[in-house]
Amino acid sequence: MTDATQSGPMLAADGTPLKKSLARSLRRRKLRALALIAPLLLFVLLSFVIPIVSMLFRSVENGIVADTLPLTVVELKNWDAESGELPDEALYAAFTKDMVVAIDEKTHTRLGSRLNYEQTGMSSMFRRSGRQIKKLDPETDGPFKDRLIDIHDGWGDVETWRAIKTHAVPITNGYFLNAIDMRRTPEGAQAQPEDKQILIKLFGRTLMMSLIITASCILLAYPVSYILATLPMRVSNLLMILVLLPFWTSLLVRTSAWKVMLQQQGVINETLVWLGLVADDARLVIINNQFGTIIAMTHILLPFMILPMYSVMQTIPESYTRAAKSMGATNWTTFWRIYFPQSIPGIGAGSILVFILAIGYYITPEIVGGTKGVFISNRIAYHISSSLNWGLAAALGTILLAVVLLLYWCYDKIVGIDNVKLG
Amino acid sequence: MSNDAAFVEFQRVQKSYDGEILVVKDLNLSMPKGEFLTMLGPSGSGKTTCLMMLAGFETATHGEIMLDGRPINNIPPHKRGIGMVFQNYALFPHMTVAENLAFPLEVRKIGKDEREEKVKRALDMVQMGAFGSRRPAQLSGGQQQRIALARALVFEPELVLMDEPLGALDKQLREHMQFEITRLAHELGITTVYVTHDQTEALTMSDRVAVFDDGRIQQLAPPDLLYEEPENSFVAQFIGENNTLEGVVKSIDGDSCVVALDDGSEIDAKPVNVTAAGERTKVSIRPERVEFNKDRLHADAHTLKATVKEFIYMGDVFRFRLSVAGNDDFIIKTRNAPDAVRLSPGQEVEIGWLAHDCRALDA
Repeated sequence: MTDATQSGPMLAADGTPLKKSLARSLRRRKLRALALIAPLLLFVLLSFVIPIVSMLFRSVENGIVADTLPLTVVELKNWDAESGELPDEALYAAFTKDMVVAIDEKTHTRLGSRLNYEQTGMSSMFRRSGRQIKKLDPETDGPFKDRLIDIHDGWGDVETWRAIKTHAVPITNGYFLNAIDMRRTPEGAQAQPEDKQILIKLFGRTLMMSLIITASCILLAYPVSYILATLPMRVSNLLMILVLLPFWTSLLVRTSAWKVMLQQQGVINETLVWLGLVADDARLVIINNQFGTIIAMTHILLPFMILPMYSVMQTIPESYTRAAKSMGATNWTTFWRIYFPQSIPGIGAGSILVFILAIGYYITPEIVGGTKGVFISNRIAYHISSSLNWGLAAALGTILLAVVLLLYWCYDKIVGIDNVKLG
Repeated sequence: MSNDAAFVEFQRVQKSYDGEILVVKDLNLSMPKGEFLTMLGPSGSGKTTCLMMLAGFETATHGEIMLDGRPINNIPPHKRGIGMVFQNYALFPHMTVAENLAFPLEVRKIGKDEREEKVKRALDMVQMGAFGSRRPAQLSGGQQQRIALARALVFEPELVLMDEPLGALDKQLREHMQFEITRLAHELGITTVYVTHDQTEALTMSDRVAVFDDGRIQQLAPPDLLYEEPENSFVAQFIGENNTLEGVVKSIDGDSCVVALDDGSEIDAKPVNVTAAGERTKVSIRPERVEFNKDRLHADAHTLKATVKEFIYMGDVFRFRLSVAGNDDFIIKTRNAPDAVRLSPGQEVEIGWLAHDCRALDA
């Protein structure tokens, strides 16, 4: 290699640096590849990445107070929240001005709902006061302090103004604090009152139940995959259809079927009572609790465990087990020392798949979970569609995503992602 | 136990997978201790099935397999104590080379010190002493082959089975490993059953070769006999290069006969599978036994007219393709000696042979 001995970068035949020359020759190909994936890239960007990023941004975004009450926010800076005294007339005047504009634009109720997440009663206070503040003329009707307190007692409460001041920042950690059972106060982050602390417990329960579901899937799927992988192709294809059959049935139908099976007047209980194994007045409670969720979700997620396990086991040649036996290993030793270690990548792949699917599952726990068997995703759905506290929903979602990524990272460190094979 | 007594014996063994077709038909085979026996045959001839029955991975449908005088039909594979080398080596990918070799010793509950000692000796035996800590995936095909061999030998089995172990290696490495396997087998005095479809491998390595076809042993003989005195047309065709001419036996006179070929010409042959005049036969002549120099033939020998179709220069030998008695693929070979004659295409020659080199076999 004479080229290697020259100093400096390698040169192409015409004297341009080789790297540049190579990049130029590859550019057309790269552009064509980009053009080929562009439609999908655009679709994913518009329908997936942008909505998700904007949704996640809602977990910290908090412009509503400053946007709706711009003058008040300026005046609040001069007020010492720690003093325990009500703000002065200037702030009330500024607030009235802001409110008149806001009422005109009908944004004051939204602000009320926002502040209601932090302090109950705010929503109705804003709505009710709105009708009367509307009649005030901010130029002539002063002084406003007493008038406002007259309209609603709340305006004479220091806590009201403290809440508004606390949440007047445009970027807030309030939603995240709420998501971990804490709240933002003028004195900094503090724990929620005992009766409001449910989310951390819910996170813990979601993780715990997902682990149990993953473990039961491993236990059920391993022997099935083994049989599928060792049977002759014709038979195993037939059995594979049975495994995939649930896949082709609507998720809702399958979950509802479990409801029919498990409820107190359901198939299982009726059969047990008929057989005399269970007394009529002591029917088993196996639905609308954690047990029901675990059973139904194990069933629904089982194919996601079987498929990767099967495809990994299929690649383990029979000659390995034969070799081990010819060397004197018993059936058990052969399985445990030779077969099992080689099937671990399948277990890993299946576990990641099932665990990640389980941790964010929504429909099944919603239907069969009752109150005790619901997941964090059901809480997120509640905040999205019922309480409309999207900021908190986004914060919970962000934490869920972070937890999954963290677990994924741990798994990579412990097992190694290279060991994961989907086939 | 004397050396001549059968160490491995198949007695009237039959095997069927589906209850309709016999893959192995009435197999009888007996081999003494220390023999290197090769099962040779085309794919589907039943040779691998026989090996698997011996190893215990398939059960014989009928008949008895004996090892060292004991019937082993009901002994599970892991209690037979038979070493085995597989076609794809079957080295456990999640263990290092040394762990692979230690595995058979571990399951035999051999102590750690003795285990390490034996592993080291086995690795040295195949000149792989420095590779103990590698993973199989880090080794080349030839190295993996050596490790597989060492692993099959490390627990000192008296019988070793090899299932096309050199199939995946390139030609040069294969030839080298052939030599090495036979050397080890003879040095250690191991009884070896070797399965292959490569006839060169079978001829160069074995004490005896069993040629399989259609679920039967067609011929069981040492390599030289197999090549020079094939007992039927299949063996003649399968082993080495062979010329076949078809015809009818005209007369038999003890050790020689006259065969009338289909185009009317007559040749001398040695009757092997024919007993009476009038039988159809295929005669087989090896290319290197055909003579076209009339001086070297008997004065009264029958000769055939032939036209040279092609001349192929192969370095050490010349190879000619002739048209003889309607057969356009009649090959003759001559050594590239100083006085060798080069025939050119189109040339007409007369060819002949010694009667005992031309074997009249079954039709």
